[in-house]
Amino acid sequence: MRVSLFVTCLADQLWPAAAVGAVRVLRRVGCDVQFDERQTCCGQPAFNTGYRPDACALARRLIEIFESSGADAIVSPSGSCTAMLHHYEQLLEDAGWRARARALAERTYELSSFLVNRLGVDDVGASFAGRLTWHDACHGLRDLKIREEPRRLLHHVRGAELVELPPASAETCCGFGGTFSVKYPEISVAILDEKVDAIDRAGVDAVVSGDASCLMQIGGRLSRRGSLVRALHLAEVLASTT
Amino acid sequence: MTFDRDARTALADGQLRGALRHATTLFGERRRAAIAEVPDWEGARDRARAIKDETLLRLDRYLEQFAANAERAGARVHWARDAAEACEIIARIAERRGARTIVKSKSMASEEIHLNAALARRGIEPVETDLGEYIVQLAGETPSHIVAPAIHKTRAQIGALFAEKLGTEPSDDIATLAAAARQALRRRFAEADLGVSGVNFAVAETGTILILENEGNARLTTSLPRTHVALMGIEKVIPRFADLEVFLRLLPRSGTGQALTAYQSLLTGTKRQPADEGPEELHIVLLDNGRSRMLASPVTRQTLACIRCGACLNACPVYRQIGGHAYGSVYPGPIGAVLTPQLLGMGESADLPYASSLCGACRDVCPVKIDIPAVLLHLRAQAVARRGSTGTGTLLERLAFSSYAAVMARPRLFEWVMRWARRLHIVPPLGAWTKWRDLRPLAPRSFRDEWRAGLRDTAGS
Repeated sequence: MRVSLFVTCLADQLWPAAAVGAVRVLRRVGCDVQFDERQTCCGQPAFNTGYRPDACALARRLIEIFESSGADAIVSPSGSCTAMLHHYEQLLEDAGWRARARALAERTYELSSFLVNRLGVDDVGASFAGRLTWHDACHGLRDLKIREEPRRLLHHVRGAELVELPPASAETCCGFGGTFSVKYPEISVAILDEKVDAIDRAGVDAVVSGDASCLMQIGGRLSRRGSLVRALHLAEVLASTT
Repeated sequence: MTFDRDARTALADGQLRGALRHATTLFGERRRAAIAEVPDWEGARDRARAIKDETLLRLDRYLEQFAANAERAGARVHWARDAAEACEIIARIAERRGARTIVKSKSMASEEIHLNAALARRGIEPVETDLGEYIVQLAGETPSHIVAPAIHKTRAQIGALFAEKLGTEPSDDIATLAAAARQALRRRFAEADLGVSGVNFAVAETGTILILENEGNARLTTSLPRTHVALMGIEKVIPRFADLEVFLRLLPRSGTGQALTAYQSLLTGTKRQPADEGPEELHIVLLDNGRSRMLASPVTRQTLACIRCGACLNACPVYRQIGGHAYGSVYPGPIGAVLTPQLLGMGESADLPYASSLCGACRDVCPVKIDIPAVLLHLRAQAVARRGSTGTGTLLERLAFSSYAAVMARPRLFEWVMRWARRLHIVPPLGAWTKWRDLRPLAPRSFRDEWRAGLRDTAGS
């Protein structure tokens, strides 16, 4: 299957291991992975802050780029940016662009959902020694309804033990929220601390999630608090074979 | 704008945060248990939303039908364009009936129009009879939650308040406190000349209003005084009596985690025979106050589907940390953040749509499936479009987004900027981030660097 990687600007610049991991995992399960270097940002920061014309321009740009790829599927190591692509239809006003946005959304997947739901793969042949817990990133969980997919993939990682946080903690927001995290940093960190407390109590080696944005937020607080728990992207764990 | 400051004050209040954590968690757990008993919860949500959508598309017709049927049953219906008109209507009824004391059962609409202050200015004493509202009134505060007005207070604080205001023995025992309130309120019920209530649902085909409650105070408020005034937002109307079935299934479970509230009062008109129970006069005040403006577009219209259960407050990570008062508006939490700017205009409340991480927990628990994040985003776009380039903060933000959009539209420029940022170790001025969180540095090599450096060609590795 021909897959075009939607890397996201965050993974590209701050968490390349997530994107490299995604490429390795996709190739391991037999995909032909392409990457179009013209892609930058999906426009979510502008959309979420209220700058719609800016967001629309970036949306139209990304639609054109992925339309030209001719790939069977567009796959991203981010639930949030994938959800943004799924929102393009609601953002764009022109009927023609809306139809193109819908067509793109129909073949755009978050990584775990692509592996489990589209390819039917639960075991990607990964091994990783350690106790892990999963953080449900909000847009993956609530916009894309991804809940079981990453857990199934992690259950099949050799050497890894998946420890669930209490239900209310795993599914509660980490407090990032894009510009919210710097507009209202005190609220953002108050929300975050409940999450980090729950992670600390779980006695794990790493917290794993499907979004670099949440991982920056959680990881940034873990390290500030001197915790030894690492923040890892799902693709990093799935790519690991040691 | 005070949201930022008030939120920080709330975060520094350990007692408040303890009370909030305890109560919102309890509400959340009870709700989960209660909805688990309903075989087709999702289907019920869809049906309720469809009924609301149908009503809102023909709201004028259903309101006229409701008004005609209510008047046929003996009620008098009043139409209030805004808060001032509604207060005036109610105050005039009170004055005509010679009312000195008014008992009130819980009504967020009465908070919205600031009825108590308006009555007090006319020399009429309003007495809140819902326990939570009574606590808040004694403390000289405002409700901080739609369903649980005194959610921000601990039991010990309430005990101290009662000791001060009612002269009771200090206690933090719920039964003792409730008994003290009941004793004080009984007397007020007996002397009240008029009762003011809210309305949960108004049935167009019968002219009936439904009031849900747990303490029996609404039953007393609407039946003991000779005059009853029911205040309702125009969005409370539903077409048919049978529609109540689905809403009764959803509202108590979403609000308090109860299968049903202790009391459901269905009131149609006034008493017909002298020996009947109930008031001699029933006045129903239909309040617009900005609501009809929201009918204009489907995105904003859905705000009017809200049945005021408060589930979105309990589920909201922001509300759970700061409580209701920080929002500075009558309606707090996610629904307040979308309702307030639409009711009052963006001027005073342009910050509220930003008081959310857009996590979507509100949308998940909403019994009528209001897409609150979508409305928040709509209002954010409105706020940006409206405020122009006034103010330094806004100008900087606008400049930042223009630069961002310009760079992101040019991949070569994007790469060039990021390469130099990497080389020169440029760290963005994010003091708001780094005060509490370590900032992840730019990776030594970006993904596109890795791709070109060989990842592209290493298929099968």
